[in-house]
Amino acid sequence: MKIFRYLFIGAIFGITLAKAEVISWFRIYEMFKFQSFHMYGVIGSAIMIGIIVIQWIKRKKLKSIDGEPIQIIPKKFSWARYLIGGTIFGLGWAITGACPGPMFILLGNGVGVILVVIASAMLGTYVYGKIRHKLPH
Amino acid sequence: MNQVIDWISQPWPWYVAGPLIALVMFSMLFFGKSFGLSSNLRTMCSILGAGKSCDFFDFNWRDQMWNLIFATGLVLGGLITHLYLSNDQPVHISASTIAELQSYGIENPGKNVVPKEIFNWEALFTLKGFIFMVVGGFLVGFGTRYAGGCTSGHAISGLSNLQPASLLAVIGFFIGGLVMTYFILPYLLIL
Repeated sequence: MKIFRYLFIGAIFGITLAKAEVISWFRIYEMFKFQSFHMYGVIGSAIMIGIIVIQWIKRKKLKSIDGEPIQIIPKKFSWARYLIGGTIFGLGWAITGACPGPMFILLGNGVGVILVVIASAMLGTYVYGKIRHKLPH
Repeated sequence: MNQVIDWISQPWPWYVAGPLIALVMFSMLFFGKSFGLSSNLRTMCSILGAGKSCDFFDFNWRDQMWNLIFATGLVLGGLITHLYLSNDQPVHISASTIAELQSYGIENPGKNVVPKEIFNWEALFTLKGFIFMVVGGFLVGFGTRYAGGCTSGHAISGLSNLQPASLLAVIGFFIGGLVMTYFILPYLLIL
């Protein structure tokens, strides 16, 4: 059953971010105020190990469980979309204290009202889809 | 067994969480998928029928089921932590963060996972609650799709893959986050 593998990995991810307090609004505030190393340690060490893992995948031409080569399709570079889109995301991240992953985890962690934030994020995604042709990319 | 649970129930340090996040990313790649949460928002719009009014959502969302199941796993992980692995300790934020937030009128910074006086159902009908939950959520959803990814997709997956686009997106995340935290939140928090 393939669905259990994604459910399982997702649960591990959810427990990890919940136990490391990454889902806390307070930790995000503290991060943007540079008042603790914690969040930088979490994200930084994940990236450091991630770089090594992906280099290893590429050098060894590792295959996935289905025998297909593991491919990581890089995103095409452009200025406007990443800088403007990223900045808008950052503004929202600092108010809500939650990026999309933690939103789902908070829901399970007993913060029911986060459903409103998720619904609003869906609306934001929808509006982007509607007006995306008018935006610089 | 209880000792193990007690041990796990302590807050996890960064050097435990970071490697586990990398392992999660690797597991998704190993199963032939990618690691990124924000595309679920688009898929959820599509499931609700957004494809009828906008071609951006007109795709076969069933192909994205794996990622929705992954997101369901996140909810489950949050629930497991809430029910079995929490020891009711406050969030271990720094003393300076606590003092600063108290000066903005937050009563017990870190007591709960989110500031309860802002994130609750009643507050939703106040200007402050509306801005923090509705406006904030909207910016996250709009921005993440515009930028083509969120923290998991760009900061973790993208930077691990040394992608210039992701570096630019993460710089954007920080520009937005710093502007909000330093220049706007001080006004919003005292609303």
